[in-house]
Amino acid sequence: MNAPTPAIGQPVSRVDGPAKVTGTARYAGEFAPDGLAYAAVVTSTIPKGRIRRIDTTAAETIPGVLAVVSHLNAPSLPYHEMEKRPQVDPKSGDQLQVFQGPDILFNGQPVAAVVAQTQEIADAAASCIGIAYEEAEARTVFDPGRGREPSEETAKGGRPGASGRGDADGALAGAAVTVDAAYVQAREHHNAIEPHVTIASWEGDRLTLYDKTQWVQNVVDEIAHVFGMDKEKIRVISPFVGGAFGSALRTWPHVTIAAIAARMAGRPVRVELSRRQLYNAVGYRPHTEQRVRLGADRDGKLTAIVQEAAAQVATYEEYAETTLQPAETTYSCPNVRTAYRLVEMDVNSPCPMRGPGIVTGLYALEAAMDELAFELGMDPVELRLRNHADTNEKTGQPWSSKELRTCYETGAERFGWANRIPEPRSMRVGTELVGYGMATAIYHADRGAAEMQATVFANGTAVIRSAASDMGPGTYTSITQIAADALGLPVDAVRFELGDSDLPTAPVHGGSITLASVGTAASAACEALRDKLDRLPAKGGSIAETLRANSLDRLDAKGKAAPGEETKTHASSAFGAVFVEVRVDEGLGAVRVKRMVGAYDVGRVVNPKIARSQCIGGMMGGIGMALMEQAEWDERFGKVMNANLAEYLVPVCADTPDLDVVFVPGEDTIFNPLGAKGLAEIAICGVAPAITSAVFHATGRRIRHIPIMAERVIG
Amino acid sequence: MPNDPHALTVTLRVNGEETRFDVDPRTTLLDALRDRLHLTGTKKGCGLGQCGACTVHLDGRRIVSCLTLAVMADGASVTTIEGLGTPDALHPMQEAFVACDAFQCGYCTPGQIMSAVALLQEGHCGSDEEIREHMSGNLCRCGAYANIVDAIRTVAGATDRSGAAVPSREDA
Repeated sequence: MNAPTPAIGQPVSRVDGPAKVTGTARYAGEFAPDGLAYAAVVTSTIPKGRIRRIDTTAAETIPGVLAVVSHLNAPSLPYHEMEKRPQVDPKSGDQLQVFQGPDILFNGQPVAAVVAQTQEIADAAASCIGIAYEEAEARTVFDPGRGREPSEETAKGGRPGASGRGDADGALAGAAVTVDAAYVQAREHHNAIEPHVTIASWEGDRLTLYDKTQWVQNVVDEIAHVFGMDKEKIRVISPFVGGAFGSALRTWPHVTIAAIAARMAGRPVRVELSRRQLYNAVGYRPHTEQRVRLGADRDGKLTAIVQEAAAQVATYEEYAETTLQPAETTYSCPNVRTAYRLVEMDVNSPCPMRGPGIVTGLYALEAAMDELAFELGMDPVELRLRNHADTNEKTGQPWSSKELRTCYETGAERFGWANRIPEPRSMRVGTELVGYGMATAIYHADRGAAEMQATVFANGTAVIRSAASDMGPGTYTSITQIAADALGLPVDAVRFELGDSDLPTAPVHGGSITLASVGTAASAACEALRDKLDRLPAKGGSIAETLRANSLDRLDAKGKAAPGEETKTHASSAFGAVFVEVRVDEGLGAVRVKRMVGAYDVGRVVNPKIARSQCIGGMMGGIGMALMEQAEWDERFGKVMNANLAEYLVPVCADTPDLDVVFVPGEDTIFNPLGAKGLAEIAICGVAPAITSAVFHATGRRIRHIPIMAERVIG
Repeated sequence: MPNDPHALTVTLRVNGEETRFDVDPRTTLLDALRDRLHLTGTKKGCGLGQCGACTVHLDGRRIVSCLTLAVMADGASVTTIEGLGTPDALHPMQEAFVACDAFQCGYCTPGQIMSAVALLQEGHCGSDEEIREHMSGNLCRCGAYANIVDAIRTVAGATDRSGAAVPSREDA
């Protein structure tokens, strides 16, 4: 057999690229089942209380309206508790139940839906629904003083109220050099460009959902529990996901609304949330306030880390983050204490957003490390090197691989870090101040159990199938490359089918686990197929010839892969070092990122072209986090006032600096046979503190509240 | 929609083909394209004219189709992403977007490409800075901007990658 050049490691263009650039890639909201009707969702306008009255008369008289749904007429749904909650759902509290009663838990809660023959009619009718409320006093102020410990279930899930090692407070008291600083991080919204959308279609008691989701099979599970249905009767289809960044991990209330509306209207129904509604209909990165205290000796060796965080949480459900994990794993330090508190507010539940928790905790930790470097008069890179964690000191395990030192070295070299003049306000170009900043990036590497079916055909092509998703990281492409190599076929002879719950099991498409999970399953399935081919009685040169020699049209095999002993013996993580140059115009308060270098240890890189895209995307996300993105919260109404894409600022093309991405060599074959560690999350980690440190270097001012907007630079 | 006494008839030339249909006067050009003509390559991102995902060419100019009512386009020529090229015969800009990996999730991509093609016609591809400025009405949440600029520069044949020099000790 003439094996082609290995595809793994090659900068293959996206296999779904032609479909995406021609508009033929079909996203969830673009399916058109016969008789499709359109829904508009009506949301509450108060943050807490009860619905006293709903007047639907005007809406119902509009020609073309098919159904008006609210708690007054919606079916009573069982909302069964799941035996084991999926990792994307909070461990404590209960999800929002739609149209099951008059209680209002937050401003923007869905309270009714109109189904009509067209979207225009549905929208107009929705605006005619009158709702009278009985208002109750709402908790709309973020007051860290009200913070409480996470529940036992949340703590067991790795988000404890207290954690650490040694005697951090004692060590801090005796430290030669200390830093004590408080940091605020604003509530951020994912704002994927594709809105969340679900089309629900019933055929008798069978339900098909076309849904924007990062986990088709979990939607089946969730909806089965909500409706008390047999899982076999539900199918979820989602071949393309128009970005999500964590917002589509969970099955949100609008999916249930679509299913209810379709049942009541007696036809398929599309629920497409408006951009404004998305600020309440799905979660967000919670507003988090932190205090970091560091103690070190004169040589910069850390002796104490105390990091405390308080994050906003809904009243009905307890979403908590691994915010304080970096304090325990990023550096070598004998004494660490963390304290995590949740501040209940009458808000919709937050949820994971790219690099959840870690990126928040790392922001404060790394900002504080920069302050420590300044106190010590030490180079920030040198400070990191002196505190390099040779093992995971939280678990005591060795790392399955770690090339962080090389990341610092390579990143610093490519950036020209040696040109940095340590003293703040010492570098200038024209009228602008210049600042250099850097930070460490770390994100734990995980994988989940996955299955794959592989089929080869007598025409020499192959199909691999899994219920995985591709929200943009290139799953279609990278896993096709893996399968192509395992089968000895060229990439264009292999097709990957995904995004359908009827396909073999795939874990959630989040937490950077897809490549390590589904990719290893693809290898396993293709190897099983090769074994089968080898055992066929008649031999041929190529796969196609072998099949034909055995009078076969096709041959199938299944394979699966799952984490094993390595999770007990080793800790696995992606690492990186981020270097940033900013320019600051003090007169305008404008901060501009001029260039950024990221050096990453992500294990084996399957597709350097697509991997780089993920990294530059993470960098842009980090620029948003550091300089632009902030929900403007009005405490009077418990409401986001800038719930749109003009007033909630996100990076645009003109904000794009020169971005340089380098992957340091390395393969982590302890973590998994493929050697890849995953890189979606790592790419946003460390960007914000590298930028805020650069702003300090430029201006000499510590701005400990992100995003650093103009008023915070001038103020 | 049928049986609607308020419906108006519009005639559009979409991707070179004339089409005539009754439409609710409230229907945006975007919704008419997506929901009536099933040309779903044009994307809805915000419905507020803020993200650029719905960019199409109306009589040769780029517009956001979510802020244009279908009836306002009566008699006009509309070019959508489907009118540029097909998977087997890509327009040079589509080809460049694939080659430069100028997208991730692909949802903003048709709008980016329609803007990019308009940019060439507008003569706004003189430098990377100019491309960035004139592409800033099209949001990409995956952050593929650097590659989008690469793709447009490739097609425009521009070579300018200049930016201000990296500051050195001498500058400082």
